[in-house]
Amino acid sequence: MSILEVQDIDVFYEDFQALFSVSFRVDEGQTFAVIGANGAGKSTLLKTVAGMLRPKSGTVLFEGEAVDHISAHRRVGMGISLVPEGRRVFPSLTVRENLQIGAYGGRRGDWNEESVLELFPLLKPLVKRQAASLSGGEQQALAIGRSLMSNPRLILLDEVSLGLAPVVIKRIYEAMVALPAKGTTILVVEQDVQHVLTVADRVACFLAGRISLEGPPSAMTADAITAAYFGM
Amino acid sequence: MAWVNVFIQGLLLGGLFALFALGLSLVFGVMRLVNLAHGDLGIMAAFVALACVQWLHLPLVYAGVLAVVIMFVVGYALQRGLLNFTLGTDDTRPILVTFGLSIIVQNALLIGFSADTQGLQATALSTSSVRITGSLAIGYYPLGVFVFAVLFIAGLQLFLNRTKIGRAFRAVSDDREAAELMGINNRHIFALAMAVALAIVALAGVLMGIRTTFDPTAGSLNLIFAFEAVIMGGMGSLWGTMAGGVLLGVAQTLGAQAFGSGWGILCGHVVFLTVLALRPQGFFAKTVTA
Repeated sequence: MSILEVQDIDVFYEDFQALFSVSFRVDEGQTFAVIGANGAGKSTLLKTVAGMLRPKSGTVLFEGEAVDHISAHRRVGMGISLVPEGRRVFPSLTVRENLQIGAYGGRRGDWNEESVLELFPLLKPLVKRQAASLSGGEQQALAIGRSLMSNPRLILLDEVSLGLAPVVIKRIYEAMVALPAKGTTILVVEQDVQHVLTVADRVACFLAGRISLEGPPSAMTADAITAAYFGM
Repeated sequence: MAWVNVFIQGLLLGGLFALFALGLSLVFGVMRLVNLAHGDLGIMAAFVALACVQWLHLPLVYAGVLAVVIMFVVGYALQRGLLNFTLGTDDTRPILVTFGLSIIVQNALLIGFSADTQGLQATALSTSSVRITGSLAIGYYPLGVFVFAVLFIAGLQLFLNRTKIGRAFRAVSDDREAAELMGINNRHIFALAMAVALAIVALAGVLMGIRTTFDPTAGSLNLIFAFEAVIMGGMGSLWGTMAGGVLLGVAQTLGAQAFGSGWGILCGHVVFLTVLALRPQGFFAKTVTA
Protein backbone atom coordinates (compact mmCIF):
# COMPACT_ATOMS: atom_id res chain seq x y z
CA MET A 1 0.00 0.00 0.00
CA SER A 2 1.12 3.53 -0.62
CA ILE A 3 2.05 5.38 2.53
CA LEU A 4 1.49 8.69 0.81
CA GLU A 5 -0.84 9.45 -2.02
CA VAL A 6 -1.18 12.92 -3.44
CA GLN A 7 -4.29 13.25 -5.58
CA ASP A 8 -4.67 16.05 -8.03
CA ILE A 9 -3.75 18.94 -5.71
CA ASP A 10 -3.82 22.64 -6.55
CA VAL A 11 -1.93 24.82 -4.08
CA PHE A 12 -1.92 28.60 -3.97
CA TYR A 13 -0.03 31.37 -2.22
CA GLU A 14 -2.77 33.99 -2.13
CA ASP A 15 -3.49 34.46 -5.85
CA PHE A 16 -0.37 32.76 -7.10
CA GLN A 17 -0.82 29.13 -8.05
CA ALA A 18 2.27 27.08 -7.15
CA LEU A 19 1.05 23.54 -7.89
CA PHE A 20 -1.22 22.43 -10.73
CA SER A 21 -3.13 19.17 -10.28
CA VAL A 22 -0.14 17.25 -8.95
CA SER A 23 -0.62 13.51 -8.34
CA PHE A 24 1.81 10.79 -7.30
CA ARG A 25 2.17 8.03 -4.76
CA VAL A 26 5.01 6.92 -2.50
CA ASP A 27 5.23 3.31 -1.34
CA GLU A 28 6.29 2.38 2.15
CA GLY A 29 10.05 2.03 2.58
CA GLN A 30 10.79 3.86 -0.65
CA THR A 31 13.06 6.81 -1.13
CA PHE A 32 11.16 9.14 -3.39
CA ALA A 33 13.04 12.09 -4.84
CA VAL A 34 11.50 15.29 -6.14
CA ILE A 35 13.82 17.32 -8.31
CA GLY A 36 13.39 20.55 -10.18
CA ALA A 37 14.64 24.09 -10.57
CA ASN A 38 14.10 26.96 -8.17
CA GLY A 39 10.43 27.85 -7.92
CA ALA A 40 9.18 24.62 -9.49
CA GLY A 41 6.94 23.97 -6.48
CA LYS A 42 9.03 21.37 -4.66
CA SER A 43 9.03 23.03 -1.24
CA THR A 44 5.36 23.89 -1.66
CA LEU A 45 4.66 20.22 -2.14
CA LEU A 46 6.47 19.25 1.07
CA LYS A 47 4.75 22.02 3.05
CA THR A 48 1.41 20.77 1.82
CA VAL A 49 2.17 17.21 2.86
CA ALA A 50 3.38 18.46 6.26
CA GLY A 51 0.22 20.49 6.75
CA MET A 52 1.65 24.00 6.62
CA LEU A 53 -0.28 24.70 3.43
CA ARG A 54 -3.71 23.46 2.45
CA PRO A 55 -4.53 22.40 -1.11
CA LYS A 56 -7.32 24.43 -2.66
CA SER A 57 -8.52 21.30 -4.39
CA GLY A 58 -7.40 17.70 -4.43
CA THR A 59 -6.41 15.67 -1.42
CA VAL A 60 -3.43 14.22 0.42
CA LEU A 61 -3.81 10.67 1.73
CA PHE A 62 -1.51 9.32 4.42
CA GLU A 63 -1.83 5.57 4.92
CA GLY A 64 -5.03 5.70 2.93
CA GLU A 65 -6.70 8.43 4.98
CA ALA A 66 -7.27 12.02 3.95
CA VAL A 67 -5.25 14.37 6.17
CA ASP A 68 -6.24 17.71 4.63
CA HIS A 69 -8.15 18.82 7.73
CA ILE A 70 -5.37 17.85 10.15
CA SER A 71 -3.05 20.60 11.40
CA ALA A 72 0.72 20.41 11.01
CA HIS A 73 1.48 19.73 14.67
CA ARG A 74 -0.92 16.79 14.79
CA ARG A 75 0.52 15.24 11.64
CA VAL A 76 3.80 14.81 13.54
CA GLY A 77 2.04 12.45 15.92
CA MET A 78 0.74 10.47 12.94
CA GLY A 79 4.29 10.00 11.69
CA ILE A 80 4.89 12.80 9.17
CA SER A 81 7.94 14.93 9.86
CA LEU A 82 9.38 17.74 7.75
CA VAL A 83 13.02 18.81 7.84
CA PRO A 84 12.48 22.37 6.60
CA GLU A 85 14.58 24.20 4.07
CA GLY A 86 17.29 26.25 5.76
CA ARG A 87 17.45 23.72 8.64
CA ARG A 88 15.60 25.92 11.12
CA VAL A 89 17.23 24.49 14.24
CA PHE A 90 16.30 26.32 17.45
CA PRO A 91 19.31 28.62 17.79
CA SER A 92 19.14 29.37 21.52
CA LEU A 93 18.61 25.74 22.51
CA THR A 94 21.45 23.28 22.91
CA VAL A 95 21.89 20.37 20.53
CA ARG A 96 20.45 18.02 23.14
CA GLU A 97 17.46 20.29 23.74
CA ASN A 98 16.83 20.49 20.00
CA LEU A 99 16.71 16.69 19.91
CA GLN A 100 14.41 16.61 22.94
CA ILE A 101 12.05 19.05 21.26
CA GLY A 102 12.11 16.78 18.23
CA ALA A 103 10.50 14.06 20.34
CA TYR A 104 7.85 16.46 21.69
CA GLY A 105 4.88 15.42 19.60
CA GLY A 106 6.23 12.30 18.01
CA ARG A 107 5.63 8.59 18.17
CA ARG A 108 7.45 5.93 20.13
CA GLY A 109 10.06 3.94 18.28
CA ASP A 110 13.69 3.06 17.78
CA TRP A 111 14.92 6.62 17.38
CA ASN A 112 16.14 8.30 20.52
CA GLU A 113 19.01 10.56 21.48
CA GLU A 114 21.41 7.65 21.53
CA SER A 115 20.53 6.17 18.14
CA VAL A 116 20.42 9.61 16.49
CA LEU A 117 23.90 10.41 17.81
CA GLU A 118 24.99 7.03 16.52
CA LEU A 119 23.73 7.98 13.06
CA PHE A 120 25.42 11.40 13.22
CA PRO A 121 28.55 10.89 15.36
CA LEU A 122 29.68 14.42 14.53
CA LEU A 123 26.96 15.71 16.91
CA LYS A 124 28.20 13.67 19.86
CA PRO A 125 30.79 16.15 21.16
CA LEU A 126 28.38 19.04 20.57
CA VAL A 127 25.35 18.02 22.64
CA LYS A 128 25.81 20.83 25.15
CA ARG A 129 26.55 23.51 22.57
CA GLN A 130 24.00 26.08 21.49
CA ALA A 131 22.69 25.20 18.05
CA ALA A 132 23.45 28.73 16.82
CA SER A 133 27.17 28.04 17.17
CA LEU A 134 27.09 24.99 14.88
CA SER A 135 28.37 24.94 11.30
CA GLY A 136 25.92 24.53 8.42
CA GLY A 137 26.63 20.83 8.05
CA GLU A 138 26.28 20.22 11.78
CA GLN A 139 23.00 22.13 11.80
CA GLN A 140 21.72 20.04 8.90
CA ALA A 141 22.62 16.82 10.70
CA LEU A 142 20.89 18.18 13.80
CA ALA A 143 17.78 19.14 11.84
CA ILE A 144 17.50 15.62 10.39
CA GLY A 145 18.26 14.02 13.76
CA ARG A 146 15.67 16.25 15.42
CA SER A 147 13.03 15.06 12.96
CA LEU A 148 14.00 11.43 13.45
CA MET A 149 13.40 11.86 17.19
CA SER A 150 9.68 11.89 16.39
CA ASN A 151 10.05 8.40 14.87
CA PRO A 152 8.43 9.40 11.60
CA ARG A 153 6.97 6.87 9.20
CA LEU A 154 7.47 9.43 6.45
CA ILE A 155 10.28 11.97 6.62
CA LEU A 156 10.21 14.95 4.28
CA LEU A 157 13.64 16.40 3.51
CA ASP A 158 13.76 19.83 1.91
CA GLU A 159 17.01 20.76 0.13
CA VAL A 160 19.28 19.00 2.61
CA SER A 161 22.39 19.63 0.53
CA LEU A 162 21.86 23.35 -0.04
CA GLY A 163 24.90 25.42 0.90
CA LEU A 164 26.91 22.50 2.24
CA ALA A 165 30.40 21.31 1.36
CA PRO A 166 30.50 18.20 -0.88
CA VAL A 167 32.12 16.08 1.84
CA VAL A 168 29.29 16.98 4.24
CA ILE A 169 26.64 16.25 1.63
CA LYS A 170 28.21 12.85 1.11
CA ARG A 171 27.99 12.07 4.83
CA ILE A 172 24.36 13.17 5.03
CA TYR A 173 23.42 10.99 2.09
CA GLU A 174 25.25 8.06 3.64
CA ALA A 175 23.13 8.52 6.74
CA MET A 176 19.99 8.73 4.63
CA VAL A 177 20.55 5.24 3.22
CA ALA A 178 20.19 3.86 6.75
CA LEU A 179 16.64 5.17 7.24
CA PRO A 180 14.49 2.81 5.13
CA ALA A 181 15.97 -0.15 7.03
CA LYS A 182 14.35 1.31 10.15
CA GLY A 183 10.99 1.54 8.43
CA THR A 184 11.15 5.18 7.49
CA THR A 185 9.96 6.29 4.07
CA ILE A 186 11.77 9.27 2.57
CA LEU A 187 10.40 12.02 0.39
CA VAL A 188 13.38 14.18 -0.51
CA VAL A 189 13.45 17.41 -2.47
CA GLU A 190 16.65 18.52 -4.19
CA GLN A 191 17.93 20.93 -6.78
CA ASP A 192 21.17 19.01 -6.89
CA VAL A 193 20.26 15.99 -9.03
CA GLN A 194 23.59 14.12 -8.82
CA HIS A 195 23.44 12.91 -5.24
CA VAL A 196 19.77 12.30 -4.95
CA LEU A 197 19.63 9.95 -7.94
CA THR A 198 22.07 7.60 -6.21
CA VAL A 199 19.68 7.00 -3.30
CA ALA A 200 16.25 7.35 -4.91
CA ASP A 201 13.97 4.46 -5.83
CA ARG A 202 11.72 6.78 -7.72
CA VAL A 203 12.03 10.31 -9.04
CA ALA A 204 9.55 13.00 -9.98
CA CYS A 205 10.79 16.07 -11.79
CA PHE A 206 8.82 19.26 -11.23
CA LEU A 207 8.58 22.05 -13.75
CA ALA A 208 6.57 25.20 -13.06
CA GLY A 209 4.21 23.51 -10.63
CA ARG A 210 3.61 20.34 -12.66
CA ILE A 211 5.25 16.94 -12.77
CA SER A 212 7.18 16.80 -16.03
CA LEU A 213 8.72 13.35 -15.62
CA GLU A 214 8.25 10.48 -13.20
CA GLY A 215 9.68 7.01 -12.84
CA PRO A 216 12.58 4.96 -11.46
CA PRO A 217 15.94 6.67 -12.09
CA SER A 218 17.29 3.58 -13.85
CA ALA A 219 14.72 4.08 -16.59
CA MET A 220 15.67 7.71 -17.17
CA THR A 221 18.33 8.99 -19.51
CA ALA A 222 20.33 12.06 -18.58
CA ASP A 223 18.86 13.84 -21.58
CA ALA A 224 15.29 13.08 -20.51
CA ILE A 225 16.01 14.43 -17.02
CA THR A 226 17.63 17.57 -18.41
CA ALA A 227 14.67 18.14 -20.69
CA ALA A 228 12.17 17.64 -17.87
CA TYR A 229 14.20 19.79 -15.46
CA PHE A 230 14.61 22.78 -17.75
CA GLY A 231 11.51 22.30 -19.89
CA MET A 232 13.35 21.96 -23.16
CA MET B 1 22.41 55.08 58.21
CA ALA B 2 19.17 56.52 56.92
CA TRP B 3 20.53 56.16 53.38
CA VAL B 4 21.40 52.51 53.87
CA ASN B 5 17.92 51.99 55.20
CA VAL B 6 16.39 53.68 52.17
CA PHE B 7 18.62 51.72 49.83
CA ILE B 8 17.46 48.44 51.35
CA GLN B 9 13.82 49.51 51.13
CA GLY B 10 14.37 50.26 47.46
CA LEU B 11 16.07 46.94 46.88
CA LEU B 12 13.15 45.08 48.43
CA LEU B 13 10.62 47.17 46.53
CA GLY B 14 12.47 46.11 43.39
CA GLY B 15 11.46 42.54 44.09
CA LEU B 16 7.82 43.54 43.76
CA PHE B 17 8.51 45.42 40.52
CA ALA B 18 10.30 42.36 39.17
CA LEU B 19 7.34 40.16 40.07
CA PHE B 20 5.07 42.58 38.22
CA ALA B 21 7.36 42.58 35.19
CA LEU B 22 8.12 38.87 34.98
CA GLY B 23 4.97 37.89 33.10
CA LEU B 24 5.33 40.80 30.71
CA SER B 25 8.82 39.59 29.89
CA LEU B 26 7.72 35.97 29.52
CA VAL B 27 4.83 36.77 27.18
CA PHE B 28 6.95 39.03 25.03
CA GLY B 29 9.67 36.40 24.91
CA VAL B 30 7.43 33.50 23.93
CA MET B 31 5.07 35.18 21.46
CA ARG B 32 6.33 38.74 20.84
CA LEU B 33 3.13 40.06 22.32
CA VAL B 34 3.17 43.37 24.18
CA ASN B 35 0.37 43.11 26.70
CA LEU B 36 -0.72 46.63 27.60
CA ALA B 37 -3.37 45.23 29.95
CA HIS B 38 -0.72 43.43 32.03
CA GLY B 39 -0.75 45.96 34.89
CA ASP B 40 -4.54 46.16 34.97
CA LEU B 41 -4.85 42.39 35.11
CA GLY B 42 -2.52 42.42 38.13
CA ILE B 43 -4.71 45.01 39.82
CA MET B 44 -7.76 42.99 38.85
CA ALA B 45 -6.25 40.09 40.80
CA ALA B 46 -5.94 42.32 43.86
CA PHE B 47 -9.63 43.17 43.54
CA VAL B 48 -10.50 39.49 43.12
CA ALA B 49 -8.68 38.80 46.38
CA LEU B 50 -10.45 41.75 47.98
CA ALA B 51 -13.83 40.41 46.87
CA CYS B 52 -12.99 36.99 48.26
CA VAL B 53 -12.10 38.53 51.61
CA GLN B 54 -15.04 40.94 51.84
CA TRP B 55 -17.82 38.93 50.26
CA LEU B 56 -16.81 35.32 50.86
CA HIS B 57 -15.00 36.08 54.15
CA LEU B 58 -12.05 33.97 53.13
CA PRO B 59 -8.76 34.41 54.97
CA LEU B 60 -6.38 36.57 52.94
CA VAL B 61 -3.97 33.72 52.16
CA TYR B 62 -6.71 31.62 50.57
CA ALA B 63 -8.10 34.66 48.78
CA GLY B 64 -4.66 35.35 47.34
CA VAL B 65 -4.17 31.76 46.20
CA LEU B 66 -7.65 31.74 44.69
CA ALA B 67 -6.90 34.99 42.83
CA VAL B 68 -3.72 33.45 41.39
CA VAL B 69 -5.57 30.32 40.25
CA ILE B 70 -8.40 32.37 38.74
CA MET B 71 -5.96 34.55 36.83
CA PHE B 72 -4.16 31.45 35.53
CA VAL B 73 -7.44 30.26 34.04
CA VAL B 74 -8.32 33.76 32.79
CA GLY B 75 -4.91 33.96 31.14
CA TYR B 76 -5.36 30.68 29.29
CA ALA B 77 -8.87 31.56 28.13
CA LEU B 78 -7.92 35.11 27.16
CA GLN B 79 -5.04 33.95 25.00
CA ARG B 80 -6.84 31.02 23.42
CA GLY B 81 -10.12 32.86 22.91
CA LEU B 82 -8.91 36.31 21.90
CA LEU B 83 -5.23 37.20 21.79
CA ASN B 84 -4.14 34.24 19.62
CA PHE B 85 -6.23 35.76 16.85
CA THR B 86 -4.28 39.01 17.04
CA LEU B 87 -0.90 37.36 16.51
CA GLY B 88 0.66 37.06 13.09
CA THR B 89 1.59 39.50 10.43
CA ASP B 90 0.68 42.82 11.99
CA ASP B 91 2.48 43.84 15.21
CA THR B 92 0.09 46.66 16.02
CA ARG B 93 -2.98 44.44 16.37
CA PRO B 94 -2.11 42.90 19.77
CA ILE B 95 -1.13 46.35 21.03
CA LEU B 96 -4.49 47.81 20.03
CA VAL B 97 -6.45 44.87 21.41
CA THR B 98 -4.64 44.78 24.76
CA PHE B 99 -4.94 48.57 25.02
CA GLY B 100 -8.69 48.16 24.62
CA LEU B 101 -8.64 45.33 27.13
CA SER B 102 -6.87 47.61 29.59
CA ILE B 103 -9.66 50.18 29.28
CA ILE B 104 -12.32 47.49 29.68
CA VAL B 105 -10.68 46.05 32.81
CA GLN B 106 -10.23 49.50 34.42
CA ASN B 107 -13.84 50.47 33.80
CA ALA B 108 -15.22 47.11 34.86
CA LEU B 109 -13.33 47.51 38.14
CA LEU B 110 -14.70 51.04 38.50
CA ILE B 111 -18.24 49.75 38.06
CA GLY B 112 -17.71 46.83 40.40
CA PHE B 113 -15.69 48.46 43.15
CA SER B 114 -16.06 52.27 42.65
CA ALA B 115 -13.07 54.56 42.41
CA ASP B 116 -12.32 54.26 46.12
CA THR B 117 -8.81 53.42 47.21
CA GLN B 118 -8.67 49.93 48.64
CA GLY B 119 -6.23 47.86 50.63
CA LEU B 120 -5.80 44.24 51.60
CA GLN B 121 -5.43 43.93 55.37
CA ALA B 122 -2.85 41.38 56.38
CA THR B 123 -1.96 40.36 59.90
CA ALA B 124 0.62 42.07 62.09
CA LEU B 125 3.29 40.40 59.95
CA SER B 126 2.87 43.05 57.30
CA THR B 127 4.09 45.80 59.62
CA SER B 128 6.55 44.03 61.91
CA SER B 129 10.24 44.13 61.22
CA VAL B 130 13.56 42.77 62.25
CA ARG B 131 15.97 45.31 63.69
CA ILE B 132 19.50 44.95 62.34
CA THR B 133 21.13 47.84 64.18
CA GLY B 134 19.77 50.79 66.15
CA SER B 135 18.44 52.72 63.18
CA LEU B 136 18.27 49.96 60.56
CA ALA B 137 15.20 47.76 60.40
CA ILE B 138 14.00 45.46 57.65
CA GLY B 139 10.29 44.72 57.45
CA TYR B 140 9.42 41.04 57.37
CA TYR B 141 6.86 41.67 54.70
CA PRO B 142 9.02 43.49 52.10
CA LEU B 143 11.74 40.94 52.75
CA GLY B 144 9.25 38.14 52.21
CA VAL B 145 8.08 39.68 48.94
CA PHE B 146 11.67 39.96 47.77
CA VAL B 147 12.35 36.33 48.63
CA PHE B 148 9.14 35.38 46.78
CA ALA B 149 10.38 37.25 43.72
CA VAL B 150 13.76 35.52 43.78
CA LEU B 151 12.13 32.11 44.25
CA PHE B 152 9.69 32.73 41.41
CA ILE B 153 12.39 33.81 39.01
CA ALA B 154 14.53 30.83 39.94
CA GLY B 155 11.51 28.57 39.61
CA LEU B 156 10.51 29.99 36.25
CA GLN B 157 14.07 29.69 34.98
CA LEU B 158 14.18 26.09 36.13
CA PHE B 159 10.82 25.43 34.47
CA LEU B 160 12.06 26.90 31.18
CA ASN B 161 15.34 24.99 31.25
CA ARG B 162 14.36 21.62 32.64
CA THR B 163 10.77 20.74 31.74
CA LYS B 164 9.30 19.56 28.48
CA ILE B 165 6.76 22.38 28.37
CA GLY B 166 9.44 24.91 29.34
CA ARG B 167 11.63 23.78 26.46
CA ALA B 168 8.62 24.10 24.18
CA PHE B 169 8.22 27.73 25.37
CA ARG B 170 11.79 28.43 24.31
CA ALA B 171 11.49 26.56 21.03
CA VAL B 172 8.36 28.51 20.13
CA SER B 173 10.16 31.71 21.06
CA ASP B 174 13.03 30.83 18.71
CA ASP B 175 10.97 29.73 15.70
CA ARG B 176 7.25 29.13 15.97
CA GLU B 177 6.87 27.55 12.53
CA ALA B 178 9.66 25.05 13.18
CA ALA B 179 8.11 24.34 16.59
CA GLU B 180 4.81 23.51 14.91
CA LEU B 181 6.75 21.01 12.77
CA MET B 182 7.96 19.31 15.95
CA GLY B 183 4.39 18.61 16.98
CA ILE B 184 4.07 21.61 19.28
CA ASN B 185 0.65 23.24 19.28
CA ASN B 186 1.64 26.90 19.35
CA ARG B 187 -1.84 28.09 20.34
CA HIS B 188 -1.73 25.91 23.43
CA ILE B 189 1.81 27.02 24.33
CA PHE B 190 0.89 30.69 23.91
CA ALA B 191 -2.13 30.20 26.15
CA LEU B 192 -0.02 28.44 28.79
CA ALA B 193 2.52 31.27 28.68
CA MET B 194 -0.21 33.85 29.23
CA ALA B 195 -1.68 31.72 32.03
CA VAL B 196 1.69 31.58 33.81
CA ALA B 197 2.25 35.29 33.20
CA LEU B 198 -1.10 36.28 34.67
CA ALA B 199 -0.70 33.93 37.62
CA ILE B 200 2.58 35.67 38.48
CA VAL B 201 1.19 39.16 37.99
CA ALA B 202 -1.82 38.15 40.12
CA LEU B 203 0.55 37.26 42.92
CA ALA B 204 2.32 40.58 42.41
CA GLY B 205 -1.01 42.42 42.48
CA VAL B 206 -2.11 40.77 45.71
CA LEU B 207 1.28 41.35 47.36
CA MET B 208 1.18 44.98 46.25
CA GLY B 209 -2.35 45.29 47.59
CA ILE B 210 -1.12 44.22 51.01
CA ARG B 211 1.89 46.52 50.88
CA THR B 212 0.11 49.62 49.76
CA THR B 213 -3.29 50.84 48.60
CA PHE B 214 -4.70 50.43 45.11
CA ASP B 215 -7.57 51.64 42.96
CA PRO B 216 -8.99 50.56 39.59
CA THR B 217 -6.62 52.78 37.62
CA ALA B 218 -3.43 51.72 39.43
CA GLY B 219 -2.58 49.25 36.66
CA SER B 220 -1.26 51.84 34.22
CA LEU B 221 1.52 53.05 36.48
CA ASN B 222 2.45 49.49 37.37
CA LEU B 223 2.62 48.66 33.67
CA ILE B 224 5.11 51.47 33.16
CA PHE B 225 7.23 50.25 36.09
CA ALA B 226 7.10 46.74 34.67
CA PHE B 227 8.17 47.96 31.23
CA GLU B 228 11.04 49.90 32.77
CA ALA B 229 12.23 46.86 34.70
CA VAL B 230 12.05 44.59 31.63
CA ILE B 231 13.78 47.03 29.29
CA MET B 232 16.55 47.95 31.72
CA GLY B 233 17.17 44.27 32.45
CA GLY B 234 17.22 43.32 28.78
CA MET B 235 14.55 41.51 26.80
CA GLY B 236 14.43 37.79 27.33
CA SER B 237 16.45 37.67 30.54
CA LEU B 238 14.51 36.87 33.72
CA TRP B 239 17.36 37.72 36.08
CA GLY B 240 17.82 40.88 34.05
CA THR B 241 14.22 41.78 34.83
CA MET B 242 15.01 41.26 38.51
CA ALA B 243 18.03 43.54 38.21
CA GLY B 244 15.96 46.13 36.37
CA GLY B 245 13.26 45.99 39.04
CA VAL B 246 15.80 46.41 41.81
CA LEU B 247 17.48 49.35 40.06
CA LEU B 248 14.10 50.99 39.59
CA GLY B 249 13.13 50.43 43.23
CA VAL B 250 16.42 51.80 44.53
CA ALA B 251 16.23 54.81 42.19
CA GLN B 252 12.72 55.61 43.38
CA THR B 253 13.38 55.35 47.10
CA LEU B 254 16.74 57.13 46.96
CA GLY B 255 15.19 59.85 44.81
CA ALA B 256 12.36 60.27 47.28
CA GLN B 257 14.83 60.47 50.14
CA ALA B 258 16.99 63.04 48.36
CA PHE B 259 14.41 65.34 46.82
CA GLY B 260 11.22 64.68 48.74
CA SER B 261 8.55 62.03 48.41
CA GLY B 262 6.98 63.45 45.25
CA TRP B 263 10.21 63.05 43.28
CA GLY B 264 10.81 59.35 43.74
CA ILE B 265 8.90 58.10 40.72
CA LEU B 266 10.43 60.79 38.51
CA CYS B 267 13.90 59.71 39.60
CA GLY B 268 12.99 56.16 38.59
CA HIS B 269 11.98 57.37 35.14
CA VAL B 270 15.18 59.43 34.78
CA VAL B 271 17.33 56.42 35.63
CA PHE B 272 15.34 54.35 33.15
CA LEU B 273 15.80 56.92 30.39
CA THR B 274 19.50 57.13 31.16
CA VAL B 275 19.87 53.36 30.85
CA LEU B 276 17.84 53.43 27.64
CA ALA B 277 20.14 56.10 26.20
CA LEU B 278 23.41 54.47 27.24
CA ARG B 279 22.55 50.78 26.89
CA PRO B 280 19.34 50.41 24.88
CA GLN B 281 19.58 46.62 24.77
CA GLY B 282 19.51 46.45 28.59
CA PHE B 283 21.95 44.83 30.99
CA PHE B 284 21.54 41.17 30.12
CA ALA B 285 20.00 41.09 26.67
CA LYS B 286 20.13 37.67 25.07
CA THR B 287 21.84 38.00 21.75
CA VAL B 288 20.36 34.87 20.22
CA THR B 289 16.63 35.09 20.82
CA ALA B 290 15.37 38.59 21.51
